[in-house]
Amino acid sequence: MFLINCPYCGEREQSEFSCGGEAHISRPKNPPDTSDDQWADYLFMRKNIKGVQFERWNHSSGCRQWFNVVRNTSTDEILGIYNMGEAIPEIDGENPKTPSGEPEIGSGNISTSFKKK
Amino acid sequence: MHKKPKRYSIFSLIRNALSYHENWQPAWRSPEPKKEYDAIIIGGGGHGLTTAYYLAKNYGLTNIAVLEKGWIGGGNTGRNTTIIRSNYLWDQSAGLYEHALKLWEGMSQELNYNVMFSQRGVMNVAHTLHDVRELKRRWHANRLNDIDCEWLDTNKVKEFCPIINTSQNIRYPVLGATLQRRAGTARHDAVAWGYARGADAMGVDIIQNCEVTSINVKNGQVSGVETTKGQINSKKIGVVTAGHSSVIADMVGIRLPLESRPLQALVSEPVKPIINTVVMSNTIHAYVSQSDKGELVIGAGTDGYISYSQRGGFNIVEDTIAAVVELFPLFSRMKMLRHWGGIVDICPDASPIVSKTHIKGLYFNCGWGTGGFKATPGSGWVFAHTIANDEPHKLNAPFTLNRFSSGELVDEHGAAAVAH
Repeated sequence: MFLINCPYCGEREQSEFSCGGEAHISRPKNPPDTSDDQWADYLFMRKNIKGVQFERWNHSSGCRQWFNVVRNTSTDEILGIYNMGEAIPEIDGENPKTPSGEPEIGSGNISTSFKKK
Repeated sequence: MHKKPKRYSIFSLIRNALSYHENWQPAWRSPEPKKEYDAIIIGGGGHGLTTAYYLAKNYGLTNIAVLEKGWIGGGNTGRNTTIIRSNYLWDQSAGLYEHALKLWEGMSQELNYNVMFSQRGVMNVAHTLHDVRELKRRWHANRLNDIDCEWLDTNKVKEFCPIINTSQNIRYPVLGATLQRRAGTARHDAVAWGYARGADAMGVDIIQNCEVTSINVKNGQVSGVETTKGQINSKKIGVVTAGHSSVIADMVGIRLPLESRPLQALVSEPVKPIINTVVMSNTIHAYVSQSDKGELVIGAGTDGYISYSQRGGFNIVEDTIAAVVELFPLFSRMKMLRHWGGIVDICPDASPIVSKTHIKGLYFNCGWGTGGFKATPGSGWVFAHTIANDEPHKLNAPFTLNRFSSGELVDEHGAAAVAH
């Protein structure tokens, strides 16, 4: 359980929001030329990242607006919030660690989109 | 080869009692990893250990290592609500889960290890007209697949489980239920320990505290893994890492259709035997049974977002407790003792993936989502077949990774019993 700072309403409990999953997935531009594998990739395959994830949230029990959230999925810490349609922001900081104190090595904790200071 | 472990029996119990239980041999060894194995299983949970066990038993592959990041059975094997049943809707799932249920029935004898399998029945309760139709459809589907299942009307539900609230004046009244009498529960840790002991006895190396950091691939064929205990070579690698499957897949650039989310469960203080079966409700989202220790074991739902944190939202627990109390008002003053979360890998069609990949020698067994425990022996059985023969067993042939391209999904959202 965590708090999300809705850009329109302010800080509210996570239970007021619905997660729309991974952000920045775009529909194939040319459907007739898209193979079954490419459709499967678009429809079903997900990064499901352990570490910094860019994802969509909707304030479904509030203002019902969509926005993007940068969240560390191994600690549920929110690192940033930005509007729909905006480019992926650059996030700087220490590599995220898991709550159980697992070593960074190999745990997938080092996200590709997370720059170490 | 190492010394064969001694069988457990009434005589070994007496013998060890006379020596103050100080001479029991460890249930499995803790060897250092060799340089090379015929097969490596990544993940020492229930499914990984059964895979190793059946590879050794059914296919004579004993030069195997099971690599576990933490300790065996410390992940979802030790975090589930231990429900075992096979009343799934579709033929494909029915085949797989029923095969597992049959293996459960002989497991304690086969392993010489008491897994406390108790066929106390699982009751799926209907609360709306839609539930009734859906559950009756599943009841008929089960009967056609030779799986025991019966329909109970409200009075029979009350007769079978007297403490359930069958008042018609509650928000979601009990309109009936399906009952699978062969279903039940088992002691989850014992399953991991029993299979670990069984696999170890056949020569399988169980290596704990050994985390895989990367997978080596040469010319489209796996050659081994890098671990926190050094490089280990093998031409066959089976990945059975549940919630962390996407993390392992990412090491070799494979994309999986999985989302890893926290699933919570909780147990109450222990009380005298009060509930004689497993009660599950899809609509109000509650499932509850009683452990042999006397604790109520209550399963909650998943959180609606990806997280590896092994902890979920309190609101999910609150909703579950509200549902349980409506069904069983006499539990309203029970105190809850412990509460935890596990990370489950949910597939878009709520069915597992037990599959080869485009990399030769690399196999994945994942996507069991919220209901993998019941499948533990069956999952290992078919995955061992897939690894040994480089071809899926007929029971897991429908559960390949390719089904997401071909569209042959096995949609079990209904029969996953509770909607997640």
